Amino acid sequence: MPRRRRDSDEYDGDRGHKRRRTSEPIEIEDRLESLIIRVGEKSTSSLESNLEGLAGVLEADLPNYKNKILRILCCVARLLPEKLTVYTTLVGLLNARNYNFGGEFVEAMIRQLKETLKNNLYDEAVYLVRFLSDLVNCHVIAAPSMVAMFENFISVTQEEDVPQVRADWFVYVVLSCLPWVGKELYEKKDVEIDRLLCQIDGYLKRRVKTHVPMLQVWTAEKPHPQEEYLDCLLAQIQKLKKDRWQERHILRPYIAFDSVLCEALQHNLPPFTPPGHMPHAHYPMPQVVFRMFDYTDAPEGPVMPGSHSVERFVIEENLKYIIKTHWKERKTCAAQLLSYPGKNNIPLNYHIVEVIFGELFQLPAQPHIDVLYTTLLIELCKLQPGSLPQVLAQATEMMYMRLDTMNTTCIDRLINWFSHHLSNFQFRWSWDDWSDCLAVDREKPKPKFVKEVLEKCMRLSYHQRIVDLVPPTFSGLIPASPIFVYKYVDESASSLPGYAMSITVGNAIKNRASNDEILTILKEVPNPNQDDDDDEGETFNPLKVDVFLQTLLHLAAKSFSHSFSALGKFHEILKNLTESDDGKLHVVKVVYEVWRNHPQMISFLVDKLIRTQIVDCATVANWLFSQDMAHEFTRLFVWEVLHSTIRKMDKHVQKIQEELERAKDKLEKQQHKRRNSGDGQDVDKASDEDEDMDKSSDEDEDVDKSKARSKAKSKGAEDEEGQLEEQIDKLQEKVESAQSEQKNLFLVIFQRFIMLLTEHLVRCETGGVDISTPWYKNCIERLQQIFLTHHAIIQQYMGTLENLLFTAELDHHILAVYQQFCALQL
Amino acid sequence: MAAQLNALNSDSYIDISRYRDQRFAGQLTTQEKLLKQSHTLYVGNLSFYTTEEQVHELFSKSGDIKRIIIGLDKVKKTACGFCFVEYYTRADAENAMRFINGTRLDDRMIRTDWDAGFIAGRQYGRGYSGGQVRDEYRRDYDPARGGYGKFAPQTQFQEGQNTF
Repeated sequence: MPRRRRDSDEYDGDRGHKRRRTSEPIEIEDRLESLIIRVGEKSTSSLESNLEGLAGVLEADLPNYKNKILRILCCVARLLPEKLTVYTTLVGLLNARNYNFGGEFVEAMIRQLKETLKNNLYDEAVYLVRFLSDLVNCHVIAAPSMVAMFENFISVTQEEDVPQVRADWFVYVVLSCLPWVGKELYEKKDVEIDRLLCQIDGYLKRRVKTHVPMLQVWTAEKPHPQEEYLDCLLAQIQKLKKDRWQERHILRPYIAFDSVLCEALQHNLPPFTPPGHMPHAHYPMPQVVFRMFDYTDAPEGPVMPGSHSVERFVIEENLKYIIKTHWKERKTCAAQLLSYPGKNNIPLNYHIVEVIFGELFQLPAQPHIDVLYTTLLIELCKLQPGSLPQVLAQATEMMYMRLDTMNTTCIDRLINWFSHHLSNFQFRWSWDDWSDCLAVDREKPKPKFVKEVLEKCMRLSYHQRIVDLVPPTFSGLIPASPIFVYKYVDESASSLPGYAMSITVGNAIKNRASNDEILTILKEVPNPNQDDDDDEGETFNPLKVDVFLQTLLHLAAKSFSHSFSALGKFHEILKNLTESDDGKLHVVKVVYEVWRNHPQMISFLVDKLIRTQIVDCATVANWLFSQDMAHEFTRLFVWEVLHSTIRKMDKHVQKIQEELERAKDKLEKQQHKRRNSGDGQDVDKASDEDEDMDKSSDEDEDVDKSKARSKAKSKGAEDEEGQLEEQIDKLQEKVESAQSEQKNLFLVIFQRFIMLLTEHLVRCETGGVDISTPWYKNCIERLQQIFLTHHAIIQQYMGTLENLLFTAELDHHILAVYQQFCALQL
Repeated sequence: MAAQLNALNSDSYIDISRYRDQRFAGQLTTQEKLLKQSHTLYVGNLSFYTTEEQVHELFSKSGDIKRIIIGLDKVKKTACGFCFVEYYTRADAENAMRFINGTRLDDRMIRTDWDAGFIAGRQYGRGYSGGQVRDEYRRDYDPARGGYGKFAPQTQFQEGQNTF
């Protein structure tokens, strides 16, 4: 034992171990990084004196470590936007002490800005521009040159034939800098700023906003309208201007250094032309601002800034940046959120909860994985046990009240969050408060939500727990007990055609009969579909599938592992039964029939059936949209299965594409190597294997051997290349076939949606009934969800979709969804 | 962008712990290499009654699960409070370490750790009585893990006494 302990100690603190062996410069770089990154944190002295001290240290280090310091400062500008003003102050102090350094820093920033724009890193580009603009406040950059940059940005709105999202981004950058630098710029260049705002206003007015309904979390205007993000930001800036650019929230350490900084010489930004539009450019998607609280919701303490106040914008941005920086370490993230500077003047808990739910519900997709938000909220509750749980409960209550107008995708996420959250707190909740949901139609959003939450809670616990948990009045919403439904369960089923066979097959399985033996038994199962003299050969026999699969799954019903193991053991038989599409579809139907009380098991089995290639992705799509499943169509598990299926298809395509890329790379390397050693001269350039060969033989012999070797090598290389080329051809075919399957899957899904929706719309119109039933809202939002969740893949197939499905003849309700989707990257 | 800041790359939740499997067949360095590449997690402090389905539901929140192996008492062949969860990708396993480790399943705080990879036989508890080693010496009473530890002193008292 002692020996082992020492061993593991040796390997502890891996970084420390490495550091001992590396040279000084890297240590100093780490030290400088640490000093700069941690400035102002957990210090007994004030931020100002820390900055003063750090500026002194860095100034002294400039002669030897200038480039390192430049690199680190550029990095923090790009990666730590929540500490923007701390670092601009630092740069300001350095510039005041060393004018040249200031100039070099500005140049480095401009280079970095160009790089980020070239590489589609638009978020980071925003932080860089904002950093530059705040440097105006620190007397590093002259205000007129900043205004000139803004003017160049806004001129993008005059460009023609470019995506709207491109102009959107440049407008966003300019507007989002103004809370920091608006006052200073307006004092120096009010005419120009006014003109800019006027141009922006004009642009926003003529901008197309088809995408907005698709991205809103709630469709209702009350109590908090969900505004388009640029409209909201412009309103905030206009209000700021009306308030004479007085902004009191942003922490501005440079004010304390005003006397020093205003002595500094300023630099002019070089004229910056925004790079032109590139075809591969991927601009950020438009957004809708998420609001759930206002000043009436935080009862005591500081007042929440209004929805059009610039403070609101700054707080939300900073909280989001903190999550972005610390997402991997939830305890640190929670601590950083709760120690937000300026927290004493705002109801911080409410802002944090609002930002977290805003990210959780963000459409098309959350910035981070769902489970991060659940766990982060739990950490926050741990750190603020006296206040945060109450805010969370209040938020949950509010969201429940507004379920009727909440986007279905967001309701899904709310269900998942709430049930997971409850499972960490013994499922304690005041269910009685929600008894209003019992009085309405079960398909309405509120009772549906409660039902789905209880189902998810059951998955994380067990059935009796849920029964004991809710008031007796809620019994109608409790999920079914997840038991297997066996058709051939006992003698009461003896009249069923497959009953006798099921016993035979069951015994065969229990007695470990071979697959061949079982197949022989199954040949005896009569086919209800086949007429007596039907000579079409093997027509599909649903009874065969039924008897075998029901019996097998019944024997394996004990757990997921048992069922999975059964599918594996009898893979051959299942493949035999699913040669036709009908067979595949029937297998899935049987799985549903036997496990209809246990949706979790259905999802699990369907996943394994696809992965073991017993059924196709298209089979699952067709099944979910079939008449048999119409009564389950609005249940959450159906959509989880469908999205999981689409994801598996995508991963499959990606995997083969990666294989193809690797093979192509390998071929290229081979060809390159062969070209280089083609002369036969480069005997020295022998490959690694040759180095092992005997070098001690005669020189002549050596040269001859080498020549022979290189001849053999090049012949071998040619063979290998030929093999690679063949492999590449095969992979290319595989990719094309996979992509074709993927396109087909989407066609099936969209076709089915169109059929169902059109049917409903026509029926309502002829009956003179309102189309907006709960079913319709669910269905149309599920269609939106397909577009939003898989937008990157679907964009590849837009041409086909438009030509075949989303044509002008389509009902305008359905076409609107397609147009909203197109508007996301217009 | 190539330039990054080392100090900001802290990802302590996915670091390997101090635990090393003493029965691992191979060098310590090999085990550590495997741990750093692993897609498999060890999950501990489960209730004996926690099912594979519950584990699947919780751990699916960080990604698709390839398989779950429930830990068994070597003698009784019943669940003895641990399991292995194997993901298809490393990234999904990392997210489980970041966001599911240290949260609750079946009302118990569960703990996840990297595992070098499942081999047949590793699903059995290594305690003398068949369960996990930790349950041999445990002194507290845990109804979800068989009550008192196997060799805890209290067991001698428990048999004759009335409960109060």
